[in-house]
Amino acid sequence: MFKLFEPNKIFKITSKAPRYVLFLFIVVLIIGLVEALILSPEDYKQSDAVRIMYVHVPAAWISLGIFSSITFLSICGFVFRNKNFFLISKSLAPSGFVFNIVALVTGSIWGKPTWGTWWAWDARITSMLILALFYAMYLIVWRIYDNEEKVFKISTFITILGIINVPIIKYSVDWWNTLHQPASINILSKSSIHSSMLYPLFIMTAAFALFSLLIFLMKYNTELIKIKNKGLDRL
Amino acid sequence: MYGRKVKLRFLFIAIILLTLILTVFLILKSLEENVIYFQSPTEIKSLTEIDKSKIRVGGMVKKNSISINSNEVNFVITDFKNEINVSYSGAVPNLFAEGKGIVAEGFLEDRNFFSATKILAKHDENYMPPEVKEALGEK
Repeated sequence: MFKLFEPNKIFKITSKAPRYVLFLFIVVLIIGLVEALILSPEDYKQSDAVRIMYVHVPAAWISLGIFSSITFLSICGFVFRNKNFFLISKSLAPSGFVFNIVALVTGSIWGKPTWGTWWAWDARITSMLILALFYAMYLIVWRIYDNEEKVFKISTFITILGIINVPIIKYSVDWWNTLHQPASINILSKSSIHSSMLYPLFIMTAAFALFSLLIFLMKYNTELIKIKNKGLDRL
Repeated sequence: MYGRKVKLRFLFIAIILLTLILTVFLILKSLEENVIYFQSPTEIKSLTEIDKSKIRVGGMVKKNSISINSNEVNFVITDFKNEINVSYSGAVPNLFAEGKGIVAEGFLEDRNFFSATKILAKHDENYMPPEVKEALGEK
């Protein structure tokens, strides 16, 4: 079933792909930054402070997406006893954690001029902080234990605990009164962000996704090299 | 197709997940009062007793209700059903304006009067350039 994951084949890809992804990332990031910082209009209410959104929102999206992927892959790895899934999860985690921190920090910087406070213990912000703690736990587990079987089990358990928090983050603004504003972009209804601000937002999301892909490929490549050096030709 | 062990492991994960979701749901349900960041004027009106501890009230700043004295700002928070009078002394955030969302932190004097120690602006989910806003306003 998992013939697709022949180490030698993947290694060829992961060792060559990063340079192309890096190039693509830089191009998309430059387009995104020009759109977001220069070409896009200022907001009618927040004026230039709205530009923080082009970093804040994509970072939050990517960190949520990566945590969901890590959970899915860890559960697959646990159920099918496949080590490769765990290695992919492990390589994905760092960029997710970094974007989670970026979302928290930019949110704080955005909060001061608009809300009038750096931090509020409202449901959205607190649940996002909890996600960062789960990321931290996940990353630490890989360093604490030498026994691989143990790491696989504990890390899977942490992702399962953490994934419950993900829908809470998403719907916190709908379920409870929060200082954070409700979602602007819904799949079912029209977005409440004007289209001239929506395009830079999506381009920046693409740029951040490419950055995550780049970090993932480099991390994963390292993992594969480690396996090769151990002389094990299988996963 | 899959072995018995694989199915059992899948079942194990599914049960763990279900248990945790139910547990978290129950915890959040029972903690609801603490999870919400602010109360609306309607919720304040229906309070059976007035608590002396610090609370937050949120809603819209009522149109034409802001009056600024030498050292005090007075305004009315409304949720379009009930209203509450707020007095505050200090600097207000930039986005503080009539018809905009607001969260006031402070103490309840009685069901109609709130003295705030901190004012936070709550902005909504709408983002648009000023020209579009003007065009919308003209309609």
